[in-house]
Amino acid sequence: MSSAEELRRRTRELLAAHPPASTDRLEFLRARFDAGLAWVHYPEGLGGLGAPRSLQAVVDAELEAAGAPDNDPRRIGIGLGMAAPTILKYGTEEQKQRFLRPLWVGEEVWCQLFSEPGAGSDLAALRTRAVREGDEWVVTGQKVWTSSAHVARWAILIARTDPDVPKHRGITYFVCDMTDPGVEVRPLRQITGEAEFNEVFLTDVRIPDSRRLGEVGDGWKVAQTTLNNERVAIGGMRLPREGGMIGPVSKTWRERPELRTHDLHQRLLKLWVESEVSRLTAERLRQQLVAGQPGPEGAGMKLAFARLNQEISGLEVELLGEEGLLYDDWTMRRPELVDFTGREAGYRYLRSKGNSIEGGTTEVLLNIVAERVLGLPAEPRTDKDVAWKDLAR
Amino acid sequence: MSAQPDLLYSEEEEALRAAVRDLLADHCDAPGVIARTESGAPHDREAWKALADGMGLAGLLVPEALGGQGATHREVAVVLEELGRAVAPVPYLTSAVVATEALLSCEAGELLGELASGRRIGALAVALNVAPGGAYKVVRHEGGALHGELTGIADAAAADVLLVPADDGGLYAVDATAATVTPQVSLDLTRPLAVITLDGAPGRLLGDAEPAVRRALRAGAGLLASEQLGLAEWTLTETVRYLKERKQFNRPVGGFQALKHRLAQLWLEVVNLRAAARNAADALATGDDADVAVTVAQAFAAPVAVHAAEEAVQLHGGIGMTWEHPAHLYLKRAKADSIAYGTAGAHREALAGLVDLQAP
Repeated sequence: MSSAEELRRRTRELLAAHPPASTDRLEFLRARFDAGLAWVHYPEGLGGLGAPRSLQAVVDAELEAAGAPDNDPRRIGIGLGMAAPTILKYGTEEQKQRFLRPLWVGEEVWCQLFSEPGAGSDLAALRTRAVREGDEWVVTGQKVWTSSAHVARWAILIARTDPDVPKHRGITYFVCDMTDPGVEVRPLRQITGEAEFNEVFLTDVRIPDSRRLGEVGDGWKVAQTTLNNERVAIGGMRLPREGGMIGPVSKTWRERPELRTHDLHQRLLKLWVESEVSRLTAERLRQQLVAGQPGPEGAGMKLAFARLNQEISGLEVELLGEEGLLYDDWTMRRPELVDFTGREAGYRYLRSKGNSIEGGTTEVLLNIVAERVLGLPAEPRTDKDVAWKDLAR
Repeated sequence: MSAQPDLLYSEEEEALRAAVRDLLADHCDAPGVIARTESGAPHDREAWKALADGMGLAGLLVPEALGGQGATHREVAVVLEELGRAVAPVPYLTSAVVATEALLSCEAGELLGELASGRRIGALAVALNVAPGGAYKVVRHEGGALHGELTGIADAAAADVLLVPADDGGLYAVDATAATVTPQVSLDLTRPLAVITLDGAPGRLLGDAEPAVRRALRAGAGLLASEQLGLAEWTLTETVRYLKERKQFNRPVGGFQALKHRLAQLWLEVVNLRAAARNAADALATGDDADVAVTVAQAFAAPVAVHAAEEAVQLHGGIGMTWEHPAHLYLKRAKADSIAYGTAGAHREALAGLVDLQAP
């Protein structure tokens, strides 16, 4: 079942039964899911065939050659990258059947309700409460930095179900219906002017117990699956030379000799070298994964990527001189997709400031590297054995 | 750039690493290396014999038909990582890489075989600080003999044969016994420099100096990155180990966040250096994109190795400033390496031309 030949045969059968040219897009995607060709490493009946993940490329190549539509993965990244692996690992059979197909097809967009105004780096200190009432949970609290909340049908949510135990132990993981009348979504405007994220206010939102993922009180453990997948997604992009933030500034340098100065030249060359080495490090990490020798290097990729994006875009604003004093557009827009290298230099400069905060701050990631990779002593913990309700706030 | 470079280590390369590391553990322990720097013979002849004669490593870059092992820069890079980890005082980079590459360029068959077997040690008589594209001094060729003085020649004191560029454009082999080799007091105790004085020394013409020197220095610069990786790795590992043990204020010093963050940053630099060094070694082996790969590796490696060694001295506190502790050997080698075969700045300048990011 796992051979490339077999997958190729199945893909051709799918294409013959549902010719992309004459088939409705959603219909085609549903048929692809049902044929087990959505994500071949998922189990049979859930869009996969239990095949090695590396064979997905075989299917994708056949489909692309035939001009088949895709599920627009960038638009549904949180569903694909974070919700789906968590549902697959911790969901009941019924939950997997209900959620995974519309998630993969893109009919139902997902968002993530984790961070709170008082729980960022210390996510486990979260205050959103879920109180059990019969077969339901009643949820009240405030979440923040939620991308796609304004278009999402479902959310993965962690909330406090037991305030009387230490913070990590009193959390439970749910699937929240974003159309519930108690869910209010407000745009959160960023320093770039746009509102890529939202604040989400939850007031007596009722979640049936059947939408709980994992056991009551196991939410922190379940969330680790989600967060590990997020960091993989943030650091794992494969780029050609000059493929990242260094591309636009190099292009400007070549096209506009009148902007060049000696100081900028030295700094540009240094950043060019660092970008290239960072790209090679990501490539080496990828080769390690393919060879089945995953190393701890992944933990560092996001650190490097954040710093380089910030320094390069900062340099670019300076290089532009008088134009660097301008900004393309302060209008509050609601982009569905974020492109860190998109728009003008000023936008890149401001947006990249978030790169060292989102998905784990640089400071927390350095602690993680120091403790888990280098084996240095952990930070002193005063909250480990204290009931959540007794913590200082 | 065609295919993706292979940035991993093969099983054979890992086996080679283990064998070299074992050998160096027997020959090059830190107290022994420190003691040797104060003797009249800074080079470790026994370790060299074991590496060259015993393991055949001096001939890795030389084809089998010419008496070598017919391996590639990838294997040489692994050997250099281990030599860097041990700051081993052996003329491997200078003889088995730089002099050997110059001879390969000249197709100097017999001499290549002698260097490959380790029976003789060679040194390219170009100052250690010269970058692959940089200007170098030549001696006068007059009346069939060579005249002049060349300074800053690494490992010349250990060499049996000197490869000397002359003003007629030729590269000449000069027997070390026909030259005066005067050791210079060098910053790097484990790769000492010397002055070569030629006063009518006979030289045998090997070929054109220019392509030979360029090729030799490019390989030297590219593979130096692997030595720098070894230096940086040892200093990071040793500093982390020490900071887990050392207690002040009733805590292991390595538990303080200010230090944890510095060490985590350093680890990230070393991880990046490994990718850059592997890429340079692979590019030299395949010939693909080698100029860019070497300049990128050298522009990146020197600051990392120096940073790692400086952090080792600082974070070891007082003990790091003592002659007894080996950290200074690494600091001196790392700082000298940051000048060897061109500074990071010189390589960045070269890169500007290679990737079309021209100066104002």
